[in-house]
Amino acid sequence: MKNNKDQLSSGITSKKEKTMNIIVFILLALGAVVMVFPFFYMVMTSFMTKNQYLSGQLRVIPDPWVWGKYSEVMAKGNFISGILNTVKVEIPVLLIGGFTSSLAAFAFAKMEFRGKGAIFMGLLATIMIPFAVIMIPQYVMFTKFGWTDTLLPLIIPPCFGNISMVFFLRQNLTSIPNDLMDAAKLDGCGYFRTFAQIFFPLMKGAVGTQLTLWFMAIWNDYLAPTIFLRSEANWTLQVVIRSFNTYYSIQSDYALIMAASVIAMLPTIALFFCFQRVIIESVAISGIK
Amino acid sequence: MDSRKGKKQKINLSAMAKREERWGLLFVAAPALGFLIFMLYPIIFAILTSLTTWNGAKGFQGMMDRFCGFDNYVKLFADKKFWQTLVTTIIYLLGIPIGMILGLLCAMGMNRKIPGVRVLRTMYYVPVISSLVSVSILWAWVYNYDYGLLNTIIKTLTGLHGPNWLGDEALIKVSMIIFMVWKGLGTSIILYLAGLQNIPRSYYEAAMVDGASGWQKFKSITLPLLSPVTFYILVTTLIGGFQVFVEVQVMTPSGNGGIGYSAATIVFYLYQKAFESYQLGYASTIAVILAIIIFIITLINFVGQNKWVKTMD
Repeated sequence: MKNNKDQLSSGITSKKEKTMNIIVFILLALGAVVMVFPFFYMVMTSFMTKNQYLSGQLRVIPDPWVWGKYSEVMAKGNFISGILNTVKVEIPVLLIGGFTSSLAAFAFAKMEFRGKGAIFMGLLATIMIPFAVIMIPQYVMFTKFGWTDTLLPLIIPPCFGNISMVFFLRQNLTSIPNDLMDAAKLDGCGYFRTFAQIFFPLMKGAVGTQLTLWFMAIWNDYLAPTIFLRSEANWTLQVVIRSFNTYYSIQSDYALIMAASVIAMLPTIALFFCFQRVIIESVAISGIK
Repeated sequence: MDSRKGKKQKINLSAMAKREERWGLLFVAAPALGFLIFMLYPIIFAILTSLTTWNGAKGFQGMMDRFCGFDNYVKLFADKKFWQTLVTTIIYLLGIPIGMILGLLCAMGMNRKIPGVRVLRTMYYVPVISSLVSVSILWAWVYNYDYGLLNTIIKTLTGLHGPNWLGDEALIKVSMIIFMVWKGLGTSIILYLAGLQNIPRSYYEAAMVDGASGWQKFKSITLPLLSPVTFYILVTTLIGGFQVFVEVQVMTPSGNGGIGYSAATIVFYLYQKAFESYQLGYASTIAVILAIIIFIITLINFVGQNKWVKTMD
């Protein structure tokens, strides 16, 4: 099919078409440079001396290279504890929330029960509800529970499941034939075992993609942590680098701020580069479905 | 004999169906409970709170003691700051069509036979997956009046001092829009590119046989067949556009919403009312209005969907 297409189009490709392609390529490449140049400048700034980046002259390459800012960032107690706090949120949420989401997706896709449609639609509608609308009541509720200024408000609610993950996995499961389900039933295989031993292995890839996206979302989350965490020792990474920005920009220590931001961005960017094909696919599918 | 067997099977089936029902409900119990506790209850609570002048003290009784009916709504209607932040939020939405047009153009370019499409796509997508706090910090540095990258480039090229990107009431809005378009462009490119690749080539070939021009093909094949994608991008970015907060707090000096509150959005105002001045009642009123706005947008979109979204069949 693909070959066929290629042959067809290469047959049509005219000289005019070819020049057009070159122009398009140059424009897109220029645009791409504009897109990533701020990141390049960010990394470069983190290696510059204060004199250089405050010189007001366009010199993008550090001269001389200063390597110390990264160890300086790591030596700030806040920074390491910020990373640890974020990890402390990530692990239980991804494990428990990933489990509850997959299980619910399985039930929505492959099982029959009354109220299924209504429950699913109800859950789906919550995607529309902005966090800003419910953050005050949540704050009041978590204060009452004694959870504020602990990581619990960031951990417990998502453990109940992530609706977009449920939605995506359900979509993914519809491509698996129902025969498997019927066969399992005939063999007297329990529902949980059917999920754990037959369907979960089949949806592992999709679960992995969703967990990767979820990891990034938790890593980058800022609004909820700023509301629920008061004392510095409990801050997650994003809250810490925001405070770095407030504190060190007064001293014009932009190299330090940029170094902190670079480290904070590395995990998500690394994950993206490793799994970009599946990540982009799952984003693209959401628009077509 | 036969009928008895049939009856027995029926009983078995319904017992099995009951069992399936129990397990099914159990499996979806966690998200359903999460929805009730962390979504539905808070929404009802927010509506209730919006009818009070509660400041968080003395628990539920304290809240009901401060019941004030619809006073907050009347007050909000006359609140200049509320209108200002609402208008700013809407101005920021101008970035949506800009991003969509740019995204479509880039996607159409990438849909041609050019080298390195995957690398290009990745480069445009990096801002999307980057932490919003980090890139807001980065752009605050790029926009810096005296030493930022942008003004350094302007000075090198023209010899003049560039404008104060984040220090001017009108310009800060432009700066924020540029930033938001940069941050979100990758998503619309990927969605449009997937949409374009979904359009059967035969449509264009048929149009070519009919002697259609490039513009005609674009207008009567590409655009209509991309309308589901356009619709999806519009709905998601509109909902997201009403929730802009982080970039305002991080990019305005000392997180004050900019000079004369010029960069502040409706969620930023809500945040300040709730967590800086502890006017939980009033802030909840803003939250309820925000929910209503988003609900109306979604409703209009879904009603309009049938009208202007065309599908392949």
